[in-house]
Amino acid sequence: MTGRQPAVSVGRPGLPARRGALARHRGAAAAVAAAAALLAAGGLVDVAQATVNGLTAGAIFALGAVGLSLVYGSLRLINFAHGDFLTFGAYAALLANAGLGLPLVAAALVALAATALLGVGMELAMWRPMRARGAGALQLILMAIGLAFVVRYAIAFVAGPEPRRLGVDVTSSYDLPGGLRIGQTELWVTVIAFAVLAAVVVLLRSSSLGKQMRALSDDVDLAETTGVDTGRVIIVIWAFAGVLAGLAGVLYASALGSFDPNVGFIILLSLFAAVILGGMGSAYGALLGGVTIGLVQEWSTLFIDVRWKLVVGFAVLVAVLTLRPEGFFGGERRL
Amino acid sequence: MTTLAVSLSAFGRPEFWIGVGILVAIYAILTLGLQLNIGYTGIYNFGQVGFMAVGAYAMAVLVVEAGWSFWASLPAATLIAVAFAVLLGLPTLRLRTHYFAIATIAFAEIVRYVIQNADGLTGGSQGVLGFEIAWQTIALSLQADLGLAPELALVPLLIVAWVTLAVLFAVLLALGRSPWGRMLRAVREDEDAVRALGKNAYAYKLQSFAVAGAVGAVSGYLLALYLSFLSPDAFLASVTFISFAMLIVGGLGSFPGVVVGAFIVQVVLEGTRYLQLPLTDHQVASLRYILIGLVLILVMALRPQGILGRRQEMVLRG
Repeated sequence: MTGRQPAVSVGRPGLPARRGALARHRGAAAAVAAAAALLAAGGLVDVAQATVNGLTAGAIFALGAVGLSLVYGSLRLINFAHGDFLTFGAYAALLANAGLGLPLVAAALVALAATALLGVGMELAMWRPMRARGAGALQLILMAIGLAFVVRYAIAFVAGPEPRRLGVDVTSSYDLPGGLRIGQTELWVTVIAFAVLAAVVVLLRSSSLGKQMRALSDDVDLAETTGVDTGRVIIVIWAFAGVLAGLAGVLYASALGSFDPNVGFIILLSLFAAVILGGMGSAYGALLGGVTIGLVQEWSTLFIDVRWKLVVGFAVLVAVLTLRPEGFFGGERRL
Repeated sequence: MTTLAVSLSAFGRPEFWIGVGILVAIYAILTLGLQLNIGYTGIYNFGQVGFMAVGAYAMAVLVVEAGWSFWASLPAATLIAVAFAVLLGLPTLRLRTHYFAIATIAFAEIVRYVIQNADGLTGGSQGVLGFEIAWQTIALSLQADLGLAPELALVPLLIVAWVTLAVLFAVLLALGRSPWGRMLRAVREDEDAVRALGKNAYAYKLQSFAVAGAVGAVSGYLLALYLSFLSPDAFLASVTFISFAMLIVGGLGSFPGVVVGAFIVQVVLEGTRYLQLPLTDHQVASLRYILIGLVLILVMALRPQGILGRRQEMVLRG
């Protein structure tokens, strides 16, 4: 039938898929053309402003996408409830802050711990037993969707559908050099998000646990035969994914100003786009993919109405699936 | 105890059962498409509501904006939904099922955003009205012919919805038993074996997806007539997941199960409206979705072939 078969692994070790100099130049030329188009459309200040906004959104997407990708890579589970983990983090912070009277930073830390517990708890209650029974892909996907419903609507049941806000300053802003502006909260959100992302990279690169997580996400069987305690590392992955999702939820809720129980499901599409752009299962890929999606969505507002941002994210998702489904940042991998 | 009682009088009213009956037929049609994809072909279509939305809006826009006749708009809108399925399926059906699942759920959400944002064409959140005049004429004359009381005004739609369901049910049942249907199940069971026989598994998956798109569009027309007003909120992703709950309650791989599942789930969902609990309307609505979530989790954990499904119809693989 067709020449392009998805089941075949592309680029085995020893057979690196070399991209020619032409292809590399073409990539550079495309980047230059895109930059020129951006400048022509918006002018330098607008482009710089959109870049600042894109970095804020992108850093949050990256935080959410890393955990989604690691969970997929190690468990072959698309956690459709991951977006609702972000919502859970935001509402947990709201509860600890406004309900229990904790200061916002302490409330945020409580929220991260609570989201990590949610992830680990579901691993022990649902995912581990299901893996032990050899559950199929459809079972796992539908259970993840069911979990997403339970989490989202349990939050809606308790907190109500009306928009909420965390106790952050949403009016003050800083003037940056060159006539750019950034909201005070957005600046904090961006700084914290990139600091945590840098820590995530260091953790994944240098620590033994980080390497084990990446190894598991890359190839479970290989990791197991080389002595990785998979059960333990999977728990760590869920806790790690939960902390990052909780943080992303708190930061997103802060940057947005107000949020409702659907906030996580809406962001999930951008997270999927980030994970696929980066190569499903790759942690670094998801990180770069998240920042890229944030930038692309904000840059798109220079050309088209801001309401189409999410549609742009979807266009990227379909384009990547069509052109290079293994993703752009994850290296060569199986599909 | 009185707070937990169900006000049974609601169940005695014919309007309740007419409304439930129409929604059961609409959801059953939507779910027939899912059954063909999931139960027969093993492709994980999580965006079925997208085709319902594309069909309904294509019909409404053709009638209201382009001035087409209602009857001419139906086949055209069906073709548009099929075109969407083919365009979405072409790049994504070659990939592993997980990518397809993500792409379809994203597709359905994006359809909804586009409807919401392209307000010049679709009316956006304001919705679109006035597409069902041709149908209203027929419904009114049917109502007069049958001598129906005003509160039974929806009976003609109930009849049309169930006739449509019966026709599509018969067509899909026949297709499922045809050589084509056997090939779909072969693709579900072992795609490599199908390829080894020289058959194009990808083409069968694409055809199955296109048929589901057409069937989804038909459910969209009936929903449009039932609501007589289209807005993006009628096509939330949750519609697909309620449809999944019906699918697995009825059992995977069974078309009769679809109708049974749609009936059970719809009656339970509508019945919760009459539960007299000390809760706000919004909390009851949340409870309905929590219930759907629990059905999905528990049925998949305990009986993955579906409550009424047969185990041998569903060989579960990773």
